[in-house]
Amino acid sequence: MSTELSNVPILQLQSIEVVYEKVILAVKDVSLSVAANSIVALLGANGAGKSTTLKAISGLAAAQRGEVVRGRVLYQGDDITQANPAALVQGGLVQVLEGRHCFAHLGVEENLITGALIKRPTASVLKQQLERIYHYFPRLKKLRKNLAGYASGGEQQMVAIGRALMAEPKLVLLDEPSMGLAPLVVEEIFDIIGNLNQQQGVSFLLAEQNASIALKYAHHGYVIENGRVAAHGTTQELKARSDLQALYLGI
Amino acid sequence: MLYRESGQFVTSYRADQRVFRLWQERWGLALLLAVAFVMVPFIANDYWFSAILIPFLVLSLAGLGLNLLTGYAGQLSLGSAAFMAVGAFAAYNFHLRIEGMPFLLSFVFGGLAAAGVGVIFGLPSLRIKGFYLLVSTLAAQFFVQWVLTNFSWFSNNSSSGVITAPQLIIAGHDFSTPLGRYLLTLGIVAALTVLALSIVRSALGRNWMAVRDMDTAAAVIGISIARTKLVAFAVSSFFLGIAGSLWAFTYLGTVEPHGFDLTRSFQILFIIIIGGLGSVLGNFLGAAFIVLLPILLSNISNNLLAGAIDPGQLENIQKIIFGALIIFFLIKEPDGLARIWQSLKRRARVWPLRF
Repeated sequence: MSTELSNVPILQLQSIEVVYEKVILAVKDVSLSVAANSIVALLGANGAGKSTTLKAISGLAAAQRGEVVRGRVLYQGDDITQANPAALVQGGLVQVLEGRHCFAHLGVEENLITGALIKRPTASVLKQQLERIYHYFPRLKKLRKNLAGYASGGEQQMVAIGRALMAEPKLVLLDEPSMGLAPLVVEEIFDIIGNLNQQQGVSFLLAEQNASIALKYAHHGYVIENGRVAAHGTTQELKARSDLQALYLGI
Repeated sequence: MLYRESGQFVTSYRADQRVFRLWQERWGLALLLAVAFVMVPFIANDYWFSAILIPFLVLSLAGLGLNLLTGYAGQLSLGSAAFMAVGAFAAYNFHLRIEGMPFLLSFVFGGLAAAGVGVIFGLPSLRIKGFYLLVSTLAAQFFVQWVLTNFSWFSNNSSSGVITAPQLIIAGHDFSTPLGRYLLTLGIVAALTVLALSIVRSALGRNWMAVRDMDTAAAVIGISIARTKLVAFAVSSFFLGIAGSLWAFTYLGTVEPHGFDLTRSFQILFIIIIGGLGSVLGNFLGAAFIVLLPILLSNISNNLLAGAIDPGQLENIQKIIFGALIIFFLIKEPDGLARIWQSLKRRARVWPLRF
């Protein structure tokens, strides 16, 4: 029974097509699957459809007049193509948006707490959750009383990821965690992502421009071009393909 | 199939920068103008001219004025009716006090006077934004109304403060009949609409949109924020001033401050919100919604339900339906009626394909 469950991918896209405003075709045909307890990288140029794919999964595309017109999104085997984003967070699927989007006028700790509120935690559970986040992001503990708006870019990205983790997700959709961050900070954040995956069993689907670091930490990769999956495979396979590196990845 | 750009090539920058680049747009516009100028005068009656078409056109123009400021330059304002009042009273006084002043010229001077007042009340926009600016423009509304009622010089010392508009005689022609007033209004509104279309596509219009979308980024690329905002207030108030003159001279037939109260400002704001911010066409759609729909509703209900329901109740029901329709349209299309037209056009371009 348990082996059967772990064989079901936590997330599956079956050739989805996403259209904005009923006329702009952003994603034409993307199929992918994320195995439980794994990190999957979604690579591709600007405008390839990475962010749209993530938003189609989390149900946020509707907010920008987008809709999945074809295909299905399965989360733990259930069809969530038309699901409400709030219900998905409740079910353990949380997205971290591109560009961080912290609540600038709340403190760092208050930002983290907002992520947990959907589970209505008791005070002691909340405290436990915060400790867990501070364990992985020790930098945030020092800043807990500071306003998030005054934190550095890297720290804000940590707040955004930490806030998503407060909802105890099974799968986190990460959009461009390295955007605008120094290489060392990027390394630090990906280290934490790798630890979270190994120690807590959280799965990640991350869209990234920085292919080399994404492939360093991911188990599986998909290269998206023009709204279609151009190539996919394990990271070793992708790294070995010299044509891909020249064409898309720039490694 | 009809709405295709294919095969329409431009060979010069001039041709590329035309306001109406496609033959479909040019023919559509020509047809619309032909209907408005030639066909409507034959089929409409006096009631249509004075009670429906003239207020529709004038409010469209007022919406256009506010839309330049709010929709294009991003500055909120609740002083629209005040600027209209300035335009109306200034046009009246120019016409009255300067011997032989042509009517059209006094309208223009009315617009310029409104532009001047608009710049003054636009000064707070250099420091404050959003709702706070909205409240500070409210000051224009109260101040202008107060000045116009308390200083009888503006109403030529008339005891009631209400002045009957003078005869509309332009270049020897009498435009005082309902048809004449309609044609005069239509001509001015059409001319100013073309002007507005050109402005929003010019460097000035693009500066407005840059300031609206992100003022910091606009400043960084070298746009003077202060000047852009003040010019927006000036141009917007000019349009509103002319709309005000038309409202007083061709629609009401009287010049009085109470025609330009806060309710009018709100009405104009609703027109641009329902019609669509940042759209020229939207003002006409919004004005049609605000002006024509209540009339349509009352005609329908009076014909269908007369006798069945108490007239007082009927009037309340009409207001309820009207309110519900506003909510319905804004939920269906939060960006206004103009957006519906936009997406129809976009789909017509690729029809019968989907994308």
